[in-house]
Amino acid sequence: MSDRTLYDKVWDRHAVTELPTGQTQLFVGLHLIHEVTSPQAFGMLRERDLEVAYPEHTHATVDHIVPTADQSRPYGDDAAEEMMSELEENVREAGIDFSDPTTGDQGIVHVVGPEQGLTQPGMTVVCGDSHTATHGAFGALAFGIGTSQIRDVLATGSIAMEKQQVRKIEITGELGAGVEAKDVILAIIRKLGTDGGVGYVYEYAGDAIESLGMEGRMSICNMSIEGGARAGYVNPDATTYDWLSETDAFADDPEKFERLKPYWESIRSESDAEYDDVVTIDGGALEPMVTWGTTPGQGIGISEPIPAPEDLPESERDTARRAQEHMRVEPGDRMDGYEVDVAFLGSCTNARLTDLRRAARIVTGREVHPDVRAMVVPGSQRVQATAEEEGLQDVFTEAGFEWRNAGCSMCLGMNEDQLEGDEACASSSNRNFVGRQGSKDGRTVLMNPRMVAAAALKGTVTDVCEIEEREVPTA
Amino acid sequence: MSAGDADGGVADADADGGDGPVETVEHVSGTGVPIRGNDIDTDQIIPARFMKVVTFDGLGQFAFFDQRFDDDDEPKDHPMNEERFQEASVMAVNANFGCGSSREHAPQALQRWGIDALVGESFAEIFAGNCLALGIPTVTTDAEAVADLQEFIENNPDTAIDVDVAAETVRYGDREIDVAVDDAQRTALVDGEWDTTALMRSNAGVVDETAQALPYVDD
Repeated sequence: MSDRTLYDKVWDRHAVTELPTGQTQLFVGLHLIHEVTSPQAFGMLRERDLEVAYPEHTHATVDHIVPTADQSRPYGDDAAEEMMSELEENVREAGIDFSDPTTGDQGIVHVVGPEQGLTQPGMTVVCGDSHTATHGAFGALAFGIGTSQIRDVLATGSIAMEKQQVRKIEITGELGAGVEAKDVILAIIRKLGTDGGVGYVYEYAGDAIESLGMEGRMSICNMSIEGGARAGYVNPDATTYDWLSETDAFADDPEKFERLKPYWESIRSESDAEYDDVVTIDGGALEPMVTWGTTPGQGIGISEPIPAPEDLPESERDTARRAQEHMRVEPGDRMDGYEVDVAFLGSCTNARLTDLRRAARIVTGREVHPDVRAMVVPGSQRVQATAEEEGLQDVFTEAGFEWRNAGCSMCLGMNEDQLEGDEACASSSNRNFVGRQGSKDGRTVLMNPRMVAAAALKGTVTDVCEIEEREVPTA
Repeated sequence: MSAGDADGGVADADADGGDGPVETVEHVSGTGVPIRGNDIDTDQIIPARFMKVVTFDGLGQFAFFDQRFDDDDEPKDHPMNEERFQEASVMAVNANFGCGSSREHAPQALQRWGIDALVGESFAEIFAGNCLALGIPTVTTDAEAVADLQEFIENNPDTAIDVDVAAETVRYGDREIDVAVDDAQRTALVDGEWDTTALMRSNAGVVDETAQALPYVDD
C-alpha cells in the first residue's frame, strides 16, 4: 500500500465512509459535465425523482458535438441540437453553471476547468470522460466515470471507488530538442503498455516533469488512461500556484489563494512516501514519438524502425499484425516519410495556448503541403481569443490551415470534422483506434503539436527538428 | 436480468423512497459468444457516431457495428451476426477489453444486445465499473482458459456457460474453471448492492460533514 502520497492524503480527506462492498464513498469536489454522457444520467435522476445534490460543485460545458464551423442554432445536425438542448434544459433546471458558446468560456471540458481555476490541488474531480485524468496535473485526484456514476455524483455528491495502488513514474534529465510532454507520455505507454496502469494511479515526478509548465503536465496526465491508469497526477508546486493565481477563481481573490495554499502544500507526497511501484525513464534520451499502429502503445521514436510483430511479446503480435495491415506499414520501415492527408491540431491533449504557440513557430512564413487538409481547433473560446489577439490565427491561416471554433472536433468525430475514407491523419489527439476519427478506414498517427505542424507542411510524417523555428510576428 | 438467468430477484425496491430496484446477481447462465482480440476499445464496441443520443435505448443494434457491417450496412463475418450466437448472454473476450473512452454506451449496447456477463483475461477499469453499475459481472481468468472457453463456445454454441459470481467459477460442458471476481464487484453483485446511488444516499449527512471539513469547500 502506498503511504504518505498525495493520493493517500487526498483520498483520506474525501473519504465519507466505507460501503458494504468494501468500496469507499468519496466526496466529489468538482463534477464536470458535458452533453454526451450526462443526459442519460439526468434521465435516471428524473426516473427516481431525485435532485442534483450539489449544483454548486458542478460545472457544464459543451464540447464533443459542438460544430467548429457554423455554430448558429439550431445546429445543422438534429442529433447534436437535441443533445445541446437537453443539456441546456438540465443545467437550467438544476441551477448548474454552464460555459455555453455564448459566454466566451466554452470549450473542451478539460481545458475549461483548469483555465477557469475550477480545478484545484487536493480536490477530487470527476467527469463522464476518460480524459478527466488531465486535471491531475494540478495535484487533484481526477477520474473519468461512466453515466451511472454521473447519476451517483449528481444525486449524492459522491462516488463509490476502490483504492488503487500508486506507481511513481520518474522522468529524469532534460528533454531534448523537439521533445515535448506528449512524447514523454507516449514513451511511458510504450514502456508500460496500454493496460500497464490498470489498478494504479500514476504519480508523475522527476526533473523533466517539474520543468514542464501546466499545459505539458496536463498533456501527460490526460493520457494516463491510454496507459490503463484511470488517474495520474503531479504534485503541486510553484508552477501550479502561478497558474492558479491568474485564474478566475483567484485573480481577484488573493486572500482565498493564501487561505488555500497551505492545504495545497500539505497534500504533496512526502519525501519518504512509499510507493507500490517506481519506474524511471531517462527523459534526456527521448526523441519525438509517433505511433505506427492502432493503439497509443504502438509508438516509436521518429528515427526508429517499425518493429516486426514477431519481435514483440506474444500477446501483442496479433494486434500488431492487424495494426500494420490497417496502417499499411512494414516492419523495418520508419514513420518518417509516411504520407498524410490531414493534419489535426486540437483535442484535450494538445489544444492549449502553448501548444498553438509552439506549433506556430514551425508554421510561421511557410505553407501547408498542397495535398494536406490542415486544421487548428483551439481547446476553448478563451484559447481561441488569446491566440487571435497574439496573431497566431493569422500565422496558421496564411499558411493554409483552417482556423476553427473550440471543441473536440476531429479527435473522435462526433461532429462534422471527420476523416474520410482511408485518409491518414497527423494528429495531436490521444487515440489512434480504428474508426476513432470518424472513418473506420481512417489512419491516425499520434504525435506532438509541433510534429503535426511539420507533417502539415511536408505532407509526410517528419522530424520537427529538421525544420527551423521562427519567431512568430506579433499581431 | 434480460436474457440471462441471474437469480435472486428484486429485493426491497424503493427502500428509501425513489431509488432504484436492487437485484442480486449470484450467477449468470446462458449460451456464449466469443469475441477475439486484445485491446478491444470502446470505440469498437460502440462507434462514436452512435453516441449522439440522449438515452441508451436502442443502442443494442449498434454494438460492434463497424465490425459487423460494411459501408452499405451489409452484415460481415462476425460472431454477433451468426445465427447460432443470437441468443448468447455470456461474452468470452481476451485482454484489456473495453479500453479507451469511458462511455457507458459500450456496456449499455452489449447489455441491450443480450449480454449479461463477460469472461475475459482482463478488463479496462472504467469499463468494468460501468458494467458493474449495470449488474454485469466481468470475471477474469488466464489467456489459456479464455482461449479454451472461446473454442468450446465455437463448437458448442447451444451449451450454457454458467458464470458463478459467488463461487468464482465458470462451468461449461463437463469443465469447471476458477475465475477471479474483484472483491467489491462480487460483494456488490451477490449482495445486491451494485446500485450505489441508493447506498450512498443513505449517507448524505456524512457527505456534508466531509465536504465542510475541506478547506476548499465554501460554507
